[in-house]
Amino acid sequence: MSQMDQFEFTGKHKRNVFLILVIGLVIMVLGIFLEMSGGGHEDHHGLFTNSSEQLASISHEEGGEADEHQGGHHAEYHWYQRLFANLWINNMYFMGIGIIGLFFFAIQYVARAGWSASIIRVMLAYAHWIPIGGILILGVFLLANHDLFHWTHGYLYEEFLEDGSPNPHYDEIIVGKAGFLNMPFYLTRMVIGLGVWAGAFFLLRKFTLAEDNEGGTRYYNKSVTFSAIFIVFFAVSSSILAWDWIMSIDTHWYSTMFGWYIFASWFVSGVAAITLLTVWLKKLGYLPMVNENHIHDLGKFMFAFSVFWTYIWFSQFLLIYYANIPEETVYFWERLNSHTYAPLFYLNLIFNFFLPFLLLMTRDSKRQWLMLRLVTCIILFGHFIDFYLMITPGTLKDHGGIGFMEIGTFMVYLGLFAFVVLNGLSKYKLVPANHPMLEESVHHHI
Amino acid sequence: MDLKKHYLVGVFDDDDVLLKAIPKVRESGIKIEDVYTPFPVHGIEEKLGYKRSKMSVAAFVFGLCGTSFAIWMQTWMLGFDWPMIIGGKNFISAPPFVPVTFELTVLIGSLGMVGTFMVIAGLKPWAKPRIFDLRSTDDKHVMAIDLGANKSDEGEIKRIIESTGASEIYRKDFED
Repeated sequence: MSQMDQFEFTGKHKRNVFLILVIGLVIMVLGIFLEMSGGGHEDHHGLFTNSSEQLASISHEEGGEADEHQGGHHAEYHWYQRLFANLWINNMYFMGIGIIGLFFFAIQYVARAGWSASIIRVMLAYAHWIPIGGILILGVFLLANHDLFHWTHGYLYEEFLEDGSPNPHYDEIIVGKAGFLNMPFYLTRMVIGLGVWAGAFFLLRKFTLAEDNEGGTRYYNKSVTFSAIFIVFFAVSSSILAWDWIMSIDTHWYSTMFGWYIFASWFVSGVAAITLLTVWLKKLGYLPMVNENHIHDLGKFMFAFSVFWTYIWFSQFLLIYYANIPEETVYFWERLNSHTYAPLFYLNLIFNFFLPFLLLMTRDSKRQWLMLRLVTCIILFGHFIDFYLMITPGTLKDHGGIGFMEIGTFMVYLGLFAFVVLNGLSKYKLVPANHPMLEESVHHHI
Repeated sequence: MDLKKHYLVGVFDDDDVLLKAIPKVRESGIKIEDVYTPFPVHGIEEKLGYKRSKMSVAAFVFGLCGTSFAIWMQTWMLGFDWPMIIGGKNFISAPPFVPVTFELTVLIGSLGMVGTFMVIAGLKPWAKPRIFDLRSTDDKHVMAIDLGANKSDEGEIKRIIESTGASEIYRKDFED
C-alpha cells in the first residue's frame, strides 16, 4: 500500500499528455493556416454583419458615425484575432478550474469539513495551475489587448482630432467608464488579484505539507485562518476580475449578475474537474478510503451548482428580456441572431442544465463511478461552450466559429494543464495523514 | 381496562451494544417493531433491514403536479382569461412563466411531501403516541418487540434479548 499513497506520474501518463499537446499543436497550426488563407466562414458572413451593424447603431448614441466606426472595424479583421480570442477563452476556462481547486480546498477548511479530508489534496492539485495560468493571462493580455478589448484603443477617448474637427471614433459611453477601465488600474487589479491567488496557493500548500511531518492541529488551525482570509478576498476579486477579463469585452454592455455568473460557471466546472480526477485516481487504484459516499457528495455539489448556474444564467436573461432595453438586449441579440452562436447558445443550456439535472437527479446515479465520469465530461464540455459564448461574439463578431483552431488551442491548453496538475499532484502524499478530520472522512457515510 | 397490545421492551445503555444486538435478535427469528434512540445512530437502518424511503417518488409526482398546474394556470390566465400586454411580449411566452412554474413546483412538491410523510408516519392531530420508555429521549436506547407479531413465547424472547446485552427488559401493555 505504501507505494500507492503518492501519485506516480508515469511515463505512460506523460506520453499521453504529450500526445494531446502535440496533436493539439498540429491542429492549431492547421487552423491558423486555414484562417490565414481566408477560412471557410463566408457562408454566414453577410447575415450577421447586417444585424450587428443595425444593433451598433441602436446602442451607439452617435448614430451614423457609429455605423461608420463599426464598419471600419470590420474590415480590419486579421487571422490572429481568432487565435487571441481562443487563447483568452482557454485562459479563462482553465484559470477557473485552477482557482476553484484552491477555493474549494479553502472552503473545506473554513467549514471544518470532515468528509472531504481524504480528497482535499486532489482539489489542491488543480491550484498548481494558478501561477502558470496567471502568467499566461498577463502575457496574452499585454500581447493582444487591442484585439480583445475594444476599450484599450486610445482613439476612443479624444473628443476632437488634432485639427479641431470632431473625432468620429469618440465614444462617450466608454469615456464614462474610463475611471475604472484604464490601463494602469486594470493591470493593477489583475496583478494584485493573480498575485494574491498564487500567494494563497503557495501558503496553503506549505501548511498542508508541513502538517504531514509535524502532526497536531497547529497547521490545521493556521490553514483555517488563512483560508477564511483568502475566501473573503476571492469573493471580491473573482467578481471584479470577471468584469475585467470577460464583461469588459462587450464594453458598452453591462450586467450586475456577471460576477456571480462567472463564479457559478467556474465553480461547477471546478467541482466537475475535481470529481473527474478523484474518479480517475480511484480507478488507477489510489485513494483506497474514497468510496461511493464521497463521490455522492461531489455529485450533489455538481447537481446543486449546475442548478445554481442555471439560476444565475436565467436571472440575467429574464431581466434583460423583460426590460427590453437595447443597450442590454444587444448581448443576447448578438448570440441568438447568428448561425454560429445560436446553436451553441441552446447547446449551452442543454449541456449545463438539462443533462446534469436529469442524469444526476436520482441518488443511485450520484453513487455510480461511470455515471459521474459521463456527467463530469458533459459539464466540462458545456462550460467551455459557456466561456466560448461569453468571449467570441464580442471579440470576433461574425468571424467566429468552431474550427480547427478552437479544438487545437483547447487541446494545447488541456495538455499543459494536465501536465502541470498531475506533476503537482505527484509531488506530495495523496492523503494528508495528519489531517485531524481524516478519521471522519474514512468513516463518512450517507 | 382491556389491554390488547402486548410488548416486550428492551433497554440498552450503549449504542454499540445495541448495534450488535439488533442483528443477533433478528437472526434468531424475532421481529423487532422499532428501536428508539435519543440521538441518530449511524447504520441502524441497515441493521434493522429498513428499505429506502419512497419519499423521493412522492416528491417527483407532486413536483410534476405543481409544474403542470403552474403552466396550465399561467397559460389560461394570461393567454385566455385576461390577456395583458407586458413589455410588448407575447401573451403566452416561456421566460416569464419560468419563475412561477419553479415556485409552484417547489411549493406543491414540498407540501405534498410533508402531507405524505404525515400520512406514512401516522401523525394525525388526534394520534396518541405510543411511548415505551420515556428515557429514550434522555440516555437509553429502547427496543420494542410486539409479542402478537412473534411466534416465539415471551420467555424465550426475553432470554435472547438479555443475552445480547440489554440492561433492562420488561413487559408493557397498551389499550389499543
